[in-house]
Amino acid sequence: MSRLGRIARRTFLVGSAAIAAGVVFGADLVRRPHANPLLDDLEPGAAAITPYVRIDAAGVTLITPRADLGQGAYHVQALLLAEELDVELDQVSVDPGPPAPVYWNTALAPEAAEFMVPAQGLMQDMAEGAMGAVMKVIGLQITGGSTTVPDGWDKLRLAAASARETLKLAAAEQTGAAVDQLRTEAGAVILPDGTALPYTDLAARAAGMEPVADIALRPPGSWRLIGKPHPRIDMVAKCTGTQAYGIDMTVPGMLQAAIRLNPAQGGGLAGFDATRALAMRGVIDVVRVRGGIAVLADNTWRAMQAAQAVEVEWAEAPMPATMAAQWQVLSDSFTAERQDSRNRDDGDVMAALAEGEIISAEYRAPYLAHAPLEPIGAIVRVEADRAEVWTGTQIPRFVQQNVARIAGLSPEDVVVHVQMMGGSFGHRLEDEVVKQATEIAVQKPGTPIKLTYSREEDMAHDFPRQIAMARMRGRVAQGRVEALDLEIAAPSVMASQLGRQGQAAPGPDSQIPAGAWNAPFAIPHHRVTAYRAPELAPVSSWRSVGASHAGFFHNAALDELIHAAGADPMEERLRLCNDPLARRVLEEVAGMSGWTGPLGDGRGRGVALVTSFGVPCAEVVEVTETGSGIRIDRVWVAAEVGRVVDPVNFENLVQGGVIWGLGHAMNCEITYEGGAAEQRNFDLYQGMRLHQCPEIVVRGLENGGTVRGIGEPPVPPAAPALAGAIFAATGTRLREMPFNRFVDFV
Amino acid sequence: MKLTVNGQTREVDVEEDMPLLWVLRDELGLTGVKYGCGIAQCGACTVHLDGAAVRSCQVWAADAEGAEIVTIEGLGTPDAPHPVQEAWIEAQVAQCGYCQSGQIMQAAAFLAETPDPTVAEIDDAMSGNLCRCGTYPRIRAAVQAAAAKMREGAQ
Repeated sequence: MSRLGRIARRTFLVGSAAIAAGVVFGADLVRRPHANPLLDDLEPGAAAITPYVRIDAAGVTLITPRADLGQGAYHVQALLLAEELDVELDQVSVDPGPPAPVYWNTALAPEAAEFMVPAQGLMQDMAEGAMGAVMKVIGLQITGGSTTVPDGWDKLRLAAASARETLKLAAAEQTGAAVDQLRTEAGAVILPDGTALPYTDLAARAAGMEPVADIALRPPGSWRLIGKPHPRIDMVAKCTGTQAYGIDMTVPGMLQAAIRLNPAQGGGLAGFDATRALAMRGVIDVVRVRGGIAVLADNTWRAMQAAQAVEVEWAEAPMPATMAAQWQVLSDSFTAERQDSRNRDDGDVMAALAEGEIISAEYRAPYLAHAPLEPIGAIVRVEADRAEVWTGTQIPRFVQQNVARIAGLSPEDVVVHVQMMGGSFGHRLEDEVVKQATEIAVQKPGTPIKLTYSREEDMAHDFPRQIAMARMRGRVAQGRVEALDLEIAAPSVMASQLGRQGQAAPGPDSQIPAGAWNAPFAIPHHRVTAYRAPELAPVSSWRSVGASHAGFFHNAALDELIHAAGADPMEERLRLCNDPLARRVLEEVAGMSGWTGPLGDGRGRGVALVTSFGVPCAEVVEVTETGSGIRIDRVWVAAEVGRVVDPVNFENLVQGGVIWGLGHAMNCEITYEGGAAEQRNFDLYQGMRLHQCPEIVVRGLENGGTVRGIGEPPVPPAAPALAGAIFAATGTRLREMPFNRFVDFV
Repeated sequence: MKLTVNGQTREVDVEEDMPLLWVLRDELGLTGVKYGCGIAQCGACTVHLDGAAVRSCQVWAADAEGAEIVTIEGLGTPDAPHPVQEAWIEAQVAQCGYCQSGQIMQAAAFLAETPDPTVAEIDDAMSGNLCRCGTYPRIRAAVQAAAAKMREGAQ
């Protein structure tokens, strides 16, 4: 049985179902609350009240249903719970919890986040009216869209506050003290005489009590933890080699598996001969999986070596043969038939562009691999009536359903253990590796199969960031930007991604123009049109999704017009910016960088502002042209997030997002020849290296009323700010990523 | 063959050309050593071989015989961390943390050779270790802090 199940058998769980049903999840949307999954397998006499807090003899365990990909999700979720529960961060354990509908991601609902399209497909399928209600019904437990903090902000604190007040009631009942004479501290209820009753000792009594639902969250002035730096709860483990990731998991009796798929995406396996591989040391079997073969062996390396020794015959791939052909498909997609949305249409663009000098340009963004440093993998064991899965995933409910389908089981008979992840960047929003491990496991009933991708397979079979193309036409007058008409063509990430889960994604894909259509600039004549190109390579969400291309296009186009107007990139953006929060972000970054116009002497600065996932984020990049290439010297970043939960984790995430954006813009692309990725390891996909890393100064602003996530918003402004800086330093206008096609970097 | 890992002699029965990385991970259970690329491009598998930082994906098991092999598990522990690990924890370096074993092993070997490094020397020594999360600013700071700690410790 699962670890969680075992613990639950001797465990008391506390919190409030009333909170889960009414206050947190919105009973107005769906009346019936989700079951608390921690109640499963409880012994008679034990109780479980909230799905977020478990108290047992070993201490307090916080259930943190958003997965940790490296962004510190466990840490910030634990911090939010600990704030109201009155436990110290070093007193708690965290557990990602089982896949369960109650952990659906509220913040992914459209009213709360821009990351909305997944729900549209689901909504259609469920024929429901309210998107939030649908997502709740399906229990879409997803980590993505920079939603962990927005989703948990109220939920986790309310659950913890309910647990705290219930424990106080239990202490009052046990001691006869008045509840209002009790306080809580460091995992204990403190009696008036100073005696501390540990929560663990009160658990049994609290089990029989109605949870307290009438609670108020503490005001910011009394926060102990939120907004202050804390040692991240996983830091010591991650600095001592003692943090176990999915790739480190072992299950008794398991076999190691390596996979070899048709290098051409979507191509099948015509035939194979495993004679030579089967004769290799440690090899146990070679089996067929969808699109290729898998080798089972007693050692990961032996399995990987043997996979290369299998003689395979690949079928044709369904993709255009060359990148030139793919770009032609995009170029041909700017048509009325393929128009997907026109969310921005201010003034009269057609009239404004009917006369005078028209400035025009075309932009491109390439496919990009996610390539988290831990390759994807999964352990799956299938038995006659149940299955168990150990994997790092952002979509545990889909994993559960897919394993059940392939193994011929019911989802409730599939136990999923979500593992710590060595990065993701959206990669683990897909679960092909789990499906493949399950395909193998059903051929070896009872034997745990650990499938580990080689780096080459991981990159070749990644579903990359979408390619995209944009066309700009614009006009300037009297030193000002007058008209900007931006057209963007890209395949739909959401249709591709949801299609692999058997879900439709009808309606426009808001990710095609994300970060462009909502650019907070009052250009008098301003239009943003999205065109949906046919799917070429299968594509998926890559850190910041659509804004990663559209944010670049919009800022790059704006820069060209500002230059033509003879204006300053910062001053003109400030003049045009009509969103108060975004404007403060721009002003902040102008002040931080001491922006005073051109630098001269081979140095240059660029600025970009993109609002994505509800966060206006502005960056200034400063570069120097040296004898050995462009050197990025400094970056200043300001972002409006409503609240910074932990400033150190915040700064680290923002710096990482900037480096992610800069590194890929500098030198990364995936190109396909005959359907096969040409870059399959880090020798051809470098990203940023430490010697190229600039100084990065970060400021989080807290002027907005809504709490936002910061995992993705720092990415989109990085590339256009870098392009602007390089133009200022060298006069070379960059319209296509990666930039090292046109300039050298140190 | 016999390997000396973290001060202990371990008997392993593997092919001569099995990369040390997989001997450590799959045969000896030392999973602090990470697989990232297999071609010496990421540095996640960095260990010490007679004090030198090497990419264990490129070292044959047979070539490690007779050498002192140290992995992240042998460098320090949560209760008794190496100064470099202390500096990493204090600087709150890790995000996903997957590359950090290799980063720390690289830094520890570098600082043993170069106790008072310049920023340029740090950049040079650490640029073969890839961090996809982008913790480079904190790695730089942690290497400098570790250098100071180790110099103090040596006095």
